[in-house]
Amino acid sequence: MAKVTNVLLVGVGGQGTILATKVLAGVLQDEGYDVKMSEVHGMSQRGGSVVSFVRYGDRVYSPLVEQGTADLILAFEKLEALRWLPYLKAEGTMVVNDLEILPAPVLLGKASYPYNALEILAGKVRELVTVKAAQLAEEKAGNARTQNIVLLGALAKRMGIAPGTWERVIRASVPP
Amino acid sequence: MKKFLSGDEAIARGAFEYGATFAAAYPGTPSTEIIENILPYKEIYAEWSPNEKVALEVAIGASLAGARSLVAMKHVGVNVAADPLFTAAYTGVNGGLVIVSADEPSLHSSQNEQDNRNFAPFAKIPMLEPSDSQEAKDLVGEAFRISEEYDTPVLLRITTRIAHAKGLVECYERQEVEVKEYKKNAAKYCMVPANARKRRVFVEERTRLLSEFSETFLYNRIEWGDKSIGIITSGISYQYAREVFGAKASYLKLTMTWPLPEKLMREFAEGVEKLYVVEELDPFLENQVKAMGIPVIGKELLPNMFEFTPELLRQKFFGVDPASNPVTEVEIPPRPPVLCAGCPHRPVFYILKKHRVPVMGDIGCYGLGLQPPLEAVDTTVCMGASVGMTHGFQKASAWNGVPRKVVGVIGDSTFFHGGMTGVADMVFNNGSGVIVVLDNRTTAMTGHQPHPGTGITGKGEVTDEIKIEDVVRALGVRDVQIVDSYDLQAVDQAVRHALDFDGPSVVICRRACALLKGLPDLGKAVINQEQCTRCHACLRTGCPALVSHPDKSVTIDTNACNGCFVCGQVCPVGAIEKVGGGERG
Repeated sequence: MAKVTNVLLVGVGGQGTILATKVLAGVLQDEGYDVKMSEVHGMSQRGGSVVSFVRYGDRVYSPLVEQGTADLILAFEKLEALRWLPYLKAEGTMVVNDLEILPAPVLLGKASYPYNALEILAGKVRELVTVKAAQLAEEKAGNARTQNIVLLGALAKRMGIAPGTWERVIRASVPP
Repeated sequence: MKKFLSGDEAIARGAFEYGATFAAAYPGTPSTEIIENILPYKEIYAEWSPNEKVALEVAIGASLAGARSLVAMKHVGVNVAADPLFTAAYTGVNGGLVIVSADEPSLHSSQNEQDNRNFAPFAKIPMLEPSDSQEAKDLVGEAFRISEEYDTPVLLRITTRIAHAKGLVECYERQEVEVKEYKKNAAKYCMVPANARKRRVFVEERTRLLSEFSETFLYNRIEWGDKSIGIITSGISYQYAREVFGAKASYLKLTMTWPLPEKLMREFAEGVEKLYVVEELDPFLENQVKAMGIPVIGKELLPNMFEFTPELLRQKFFGVDPASNPVTEVEIPPRPPVLCAGCPHRPVFYILKKHRVPVMGDIGCYGLGLQPPLEAVDTTVCMGASVGMTHGFQKASAWNGVPRKVVGVIGDSTFFHGGMTGVADMVFNNGSGVIVVLDNRTTAMTGHQPHPGTGITGKGEVTDEIKIEDVVRALGVRDVQIVDSYDLQAVDQAVRHALDFDGPSVVICRRACALLKGLPDLGKAVINQEQCTRCHACLRTGCPALVSHPDKSVTIDTNACNGCFVCGQVCPVGAIEKVGGGERG
């Protein structure tokens, strides 16, 4: 079967993973791939854990990525990086935002946040890329809300697609 | 031109391309985006109706007027709309009528899991099931054609992974379809017993004709591969089966799943060595195959609940577990959805918890009020149930000698959907329940759709705003109070008064959803660390903008804070200050 590439975008509801996914899918469509994407809207948007699956290649059937088969995971938050790690394949790459968002059980003292998330990931991921997206977004764009696009930039570097395509799609899908 | 569309967006596009001029819905995950994406088309009249029953009724009326009409709802919405549905099956249509049911295996955002394919044989109407976005669009056209040719409403059944998964869709220009002339025809449209008995016979004959049609319907197709395994499947399950088996199996991909193409199914079964049905939820296809006397493996191998995944098929068919690399070093805390920072429901739940009364909940964001630390909601059943359940709980308690007060909480949109008749019941039958309307000026859960109380239509036109206080007073409620949800003391007093009142009582807690656009800037709450005693009283509001640190100190994330200042009102030492923003609007 022709090769299909699997990507996960994971984060917390409200972080802009959906827009980032839209940009990524637009780029892949521009490059002539068959693309499928799956995410669930509804309750998960209220600060819950969110995931978008993106699959591309010559012909894609299932819109879901299987565990242990993701080529790339783009994690918008460290705890979510840990949660979705089982989807990464052994030789896969993970790009993780150096950001902590405490979930309700941690805020209530019912659970503890794994502050050593990056160390754990470093021991398990062959290629781990850490990005301080909030800082970069503030410095370069003057707006912390552009973190999602900063993170896409880190992903773009690892996908071998011309920068011009990214620029074109971002201009078309993000309000200036 | 190819567009990257979700199943919902593709259905909206299909309504446009295939000449629909009318659409209606009540929002509900995962169906909401269908009408949201139809509303911008100037060629199509579309509306948010107060509930699914009304949405279907207006669509039936539109069909009678000759318009190609589409109505969309989530699976439980079809329960609400079942009454008109079962008789529209008898009257048939004038302009094509398509009913979209968006089911939710795995209950991502629903109170139950149900397989609405069962509605097709139950109501005796044909059903189509797309397996990707392209088919979702194409089948809207097929559904309109079948509807008009066979004089029947058509059920277009999708699931979350069709509704919310995106794929590339070939899009075309709109085909204008002439609006059909309306001809008075009581024998067809007046379902009094004498007429309905005749239409009952027509319905049976129609199903027979549709069974023949199903045999040659192009979207029901055999894909021959290795013939040692044959898989009968439909919808998203077809994609998972193709993903897992590839060319190592043959497929009967069913798209018209009611009535079924029996000859085609027999031909397929004879052509393969071992026959399986791969379908999510109920053994709907499987039971039909078995009724034909064909041996088949289905639910003895695959589960009858929750979504399928390719991993699940690999595991069940081949015993192969996914090659994954889980984190075992630490426990990964769950991240459940929460009421947003500044959510106007939070202060109301905070007060209700203090009063220690049973609280009947309802459907909406405020279902999240069941979670710690608020834990204020006792029940969640269906749209509007809070009101009837409050009345029943209160009445049964009093009748059996344990008089007590009971509170029901219901959102503004849910009140118009299914709450009003419950209030009429409570007044009519001398009830004494307390109904707290959480009026956040929108349908928040599904993404801010307008409703009869907002003064604006789905198309963005200004309209008369129906005031909930006027409605409940007109229904005979004498004790009606209106308070600002953000004002803890006012909410507390109103609830206390209502609990003491002898008779039905309504408290309207009014404050716009904090995520609505264009709200006044309320400033931010900031904790004065020198005054803070680290007592964590503020954390008991459960606001996600409050951040507790390992050293027990608490800070407020100013990016997340929406300035409701509920935390400031619960702080016993006045350590939380308000910075910036105007007066509370």
